[in-house]
Amino acid sequence: MASEAGPLFGAYGIVKRFGAFTANDHIDLEIRAGEIHALLGENGAGKSTLMKILYGLLEPTEGVVTHRGETVRLGSPEAARRLGIGMVFQHFSLCENLTVAENIALVMERGLSRADLARRIAALGDTYGLHLEPDRPVWSLSAGERQRIEIVRCLLQDPKLVILDEPTSVLTPGEAEVLFTVLERLRDEGRALLYISHRLDEVRRLCARATILRAGKVVGACDPRAESAASLAAMMVGEEVREVAAAPGAAAGPERLRLDRLSLPAPRLHATALRDITLAIRGGEILGIAGIAGNGQAELFAALSGETTVPAEAVRIDGEPAGHLGINARRRLGAAFVPEERNGHAAAPGLSLSDNIVLSRHATAPLTRFGLVRRAAARALAASVSTAFDVRKAGPDPAAGTLSGGNLQKFVVGREILAEPGLLVVDQPTWGVDAAAAARIRQALIDLAARGSAVLVISQDLDELFEIAGRIAVLHGGSLSPPVARAETSREAVGLLMGGAGTSSETAHAA
Amino acid sequence: MRLDLVPRGRRSALSAALSPALAFLAAVLVGGIAVALMGVSPAAAFTVYFVAPLSDLWSLQEIALKAAPLALIATGLAFCYRANLWNIGAEGQFVVGGLAGGIIAIATHGTEGATFWILPAMLLTGTLAGLAYAMIPALLRVKLGVSEILTSLMLVYVAELLLDYMARGPLRDPAGYNFPQSVTFDDAARLPYLMEGDTLHAGVLVALAAVLLAALVLGRSLFGFEMRLVGASPRAARFAGFGEARLTLMAFAISGGAAGLAGIVEVAGKIGQLQPTISPGYGFTAIIVAFLGRLSPVGILLAALVIAVTTIGGEAAQIDLRLPLDLTRAFQGLLLGLVLAADVFTRFKVRLVPGAAR
Repeated sequence: MASEAGPLFGAYGIVKRFGAFTANDHIDLEIRAGEIHALLGENGAGKSTLMKILYGLLEPTEGVVTHRGETVRLGSPEAARRLGIGMVFQHFSLCENLTVAENIALVMERGLSRADLARRIAALGDTYGLHLEPDRPVWSLSAGERQRIEIVRCLLQDPKLVILDEPTSVLTPGEAEVLFTVLERLRDEGRALLYISHRLDEVRRLCARATILRAGKVVGACDPRAESAASLAAMMVGEEVREVAAAPGAAAGPERLRLDRLSLPAPRLHATALRDITLAIRGGEILGIAGIAGNGQAELFAALSGETTVPAEAVRIDGEPAGHLGINARRRLGAAFVPEERNGHAAAPGLSLSDNIVLSRHATAPLTRFGLVRRAAARALAASVSTAFDVRKAGPDPAAGTLSGGNLQKFVVGREILAEPGLLVVDQPTWGVDAAAAARIRQALIDLAARGSAVLVISQDLDELFEIAGRIAVLHGGSLSPPVARAETSREAVGLLMGGAGTSSETAHAA
Repeated sequence: MRLDLVPRGRRSALSAALSPALAFLAAVLVGGIAVALMGVSPAAAFTVYFVAPLSDLWSLQEIALKAAPLALIATGLAFCYRANLWNIGAEGQFVVGGLAGGIIAIATHGTEGATFWILPAMLLTGTLAGLAYAMIPALLRVKLGVSEILTSLMLVYVAELLLDYMARGPLRDPAGYNFPQSVTFDDAARLPYLMEGDTLHAGVLVALAAVLLAALVLGRSLFGFEMRLVGASPRAARFAGFGEARLTLMAFAISGGAAGLAGIVEVAGKIGQLQPTISPGYGFTAIIVAFLGRLSPVGILLAALVIAVTTIGGEAAQIDLRLPLDLTRAFQGLLLGLVLAADVFTRFKVRLVPGAAR
């Protein structure tokens, strides 16, 4: 784009402190019209804080935001929207029971007629290829379609700057391609886009400039197209990220887990029913289950862990019928589980790390005597998990909630791995975790399998699955595709299955 | 302008200990102003409320006798409240416990021979009756999803009216000139006095033992950990394999049993017979005590003593200064509100954010 003398939006000397913690430390950022600007950084680097300041959700402790060179105050999201700043959140803020049009009407000015709104939605859809059916209820839509609503909502305000927070985290590769086309088109119209992602390949493909944050400070700016994914990651982390050692190939161990026509009605409205899932995993192998969030992952995890019980024969652990058993009985059979959500599911954030050891290990580790908790034993176990997995924490036994996401995830994974389970089921092992911690966790899963355990990894991250899993299956709409050896499939083939293309003939050649 | 509550990173042990003390001071200040507006010298009121009760043996005993049932009931309630279960019906469980245990005393009235078993049987029956009565809201919640808040509260009135009917009807002393009360219990059905010629009875020791036991269970046992975990993070509790239904029943069993025990202790100790009412609202005041004591047994013991002091002081103030009893109740409510507010301030910083008013 021509004639852009200065930046469209600038943020200068931004400092944001939360108590003693400095989330943003003198950050300068300039965003020009007609560019897609990447904001890169590990979890906890300060990306979200900066983004919230630009969208008026937080006010900076120090520093100014400028618009076309003039200082502006962003006291609220309304103020930001008036200046032409729009935002597409990572977690959708949509009402499931309302229709597409109703969800969009929620953020529009009052007095807009339904017909007018439908016309404007249709016009936008034509311009950008963002087609929506205004009368569909949101609960019936896929994640990609939901994101489209968010984007349309944002574009109806005709924004000059669009902030996108991890927009591809819920999309299939195919849906992501559609999104990239839209983003490039918005850029060519002269809009500015601030693109926040940890997927370096996307950033290298889309963005001409990147600002890299680490520990609240700007540590570099670069043209991502001139960098490699590894060099970008090194800038983010401040150290070379360890390569994960090769994943084990075919397994020859005994069968550790068998699912036999596991079916489960949807536990709630808008949940997914599981349909006839059959699967066997042997010791020494990592099996990956790919799929977009909301296709039955949570329900499958609950049925595997015993948080939901199923007919006894549907789940066998080491040959024992276990479907009717609760989670602790399954742990006694040698299984261990790491749920997706760290805070409030895998761990209680308000309790200490040693209490969180008791949480999942009380049935299998010698942590109680006469019904009393052996606190010294729990503390010792917490300390050995922290040492083995390099969990960085303040104080000897802090509350779990005070740990950063990556460190808490290392703790939660380490807690289960130190039990040397014969079967480990992990849901999203590295979700929202920085690159260094992710590498450590993946390595630990590979090492566990190498020691003869069976590992089942449920993940939305295809790169992760292709890195560690020996076989990959896809969960779509509550049905599981037959697992395929990693060497015999490709990201594209798995991506198609994730989008629901694999229900019939496509899988025949792979199986 | 708007107010933001910003979480404090770490909660210091000092501020956690100081905040109830500061809240108490603030409550005394506000109470003093109220007393002054009623035309009574705040200094005199302070003496009558807080100094006099603590400087005379008789009122010290009365304080212990008031504090014991409050501490016992509140300790049981702490199990429920920690697990986010709202048993509001301790008053009813107290009454049912007193009634059921009292029936044994009345049935064995005038028994000759071995009577050593009567008192233990009364205490056991009272505890089990309170427990069983608490099972009604617990089972309704577990089986049918009925809100335990409403059912436990409504059952209070059922229990009160049942006792009223029994004391005026079937259990009335036939030789009691139609006074609505039962026979006076035999000595074998009474809790022994701790000191000859005084009012202090062994029920105080029962309450103390229960508080210590609860401190051990809540603080150190796996069961206490379950309670804390369910309250802090229900989903994590399911992941830990702690069944919600079993926990609900256990928490209600403990709080109902404790309230029932407190009821029969009150009947077999202080009152010595069944009357149409046996509680001046202990079961409701204990809710305040439980939260004043931050749901920890030791804190509850202290809070029960504070509430007992203000209650005894309030009775003296009625007589000496003609201050209404409602003032005492208002003071107790004010104290709870301020303690809860102080709790917020120790966990959050309040910040004024200019602009962005909506």
